Amino acid sequence: MPSHKIDATKWVDAYSDYLFNYTITRVNDRDVAQDLISETFLAGLKSMKNFKGEATERTWLISILKRKIIDHYRKSNSKKGKAEVHINYKDEESEGDWLEERVADPFDKTAEDEIENEELGQAIFSCLDKLPEKQARIFRMKTIDNFDTEAICNEFDITPSNFWVIIHRARTAMASCMEENWL
Amino acid sequence: MNIKVECHEANHICDKNQYKEATFWEKVKLNFHLIYCRACRKYSARNNKLTKAIKNPKVQTVSMSEKEAMKRRLEEQLSN
Repeated sequence: MPSHKIDATKWVDAYSDYLFNYTITRVNDRDVAQDLISETFLAGLKSMKNFKGEATERTWLISILKRKIIDHYRKSNSKKGKAEVHINYKDEESEGDWLEERVADPFDKTAEDEIENEELGQAIFSCLDKLPEKQARIFRMKTIDNFDTEAICNEFDITPSNFWVIIHRARTAMASCMEENWL
Repeated sequence: MNIKVECHEANHICDKNQYKEATFWEKVKLNFHLIYCRACRKYSARNNKLTKAIKNPKVQTVSMSEKEAMKRRLEEQLSN
């Protein structure tokens, strides 16, 4: 074991949302994304020895995940008929029409909107990462997983006013972090 | 009942309001406070922005059950 300890059991809680956002914007399929993340965690386990601790765990996992995503596309590409283009004309009459007429309207949806939204998720989760652990967990439970205040108070054994102070601190930190990195 | 609240209380109401947990009277007090308090107006605006960003449908999270499934897969591998 290297000197720094890696606790793989915490990976799912700590990184799955961040990795998921990263993956979903690239593969656009929930199931595939989850498979890729699971594979990434497994690969991470196997090569734990090689992790020198120079980067953060998350960066390291992302670099594995990138490979997995590339592999995924390689696989799905090799399944395709190579360099074969099938064009389905709607009916007999339109056969031989200009292909160019059938491309999607570029002004339909602006690419910029899409990209912005995709990056937003990553910005949120990397900001969440910077919060102290307890704050991050409570904020996540309340805001993202939509737990009741009471349930969280019971779980962490804190009073409601205690809880709101934590939420307040988390929100302030998140807001300024998002302002720097995003807005 | 005093309609005037102090800033820390206004912030507390604003936080609660992000989760739709503020009562009607609290919202009245908050809005009244925001009329004359510039700092809290700023805080409120940022807070609302944050809520909106997180509510964005493009921000996807892994559900609890999916996380459990992933954990199980990891643990199987760990025990091998």
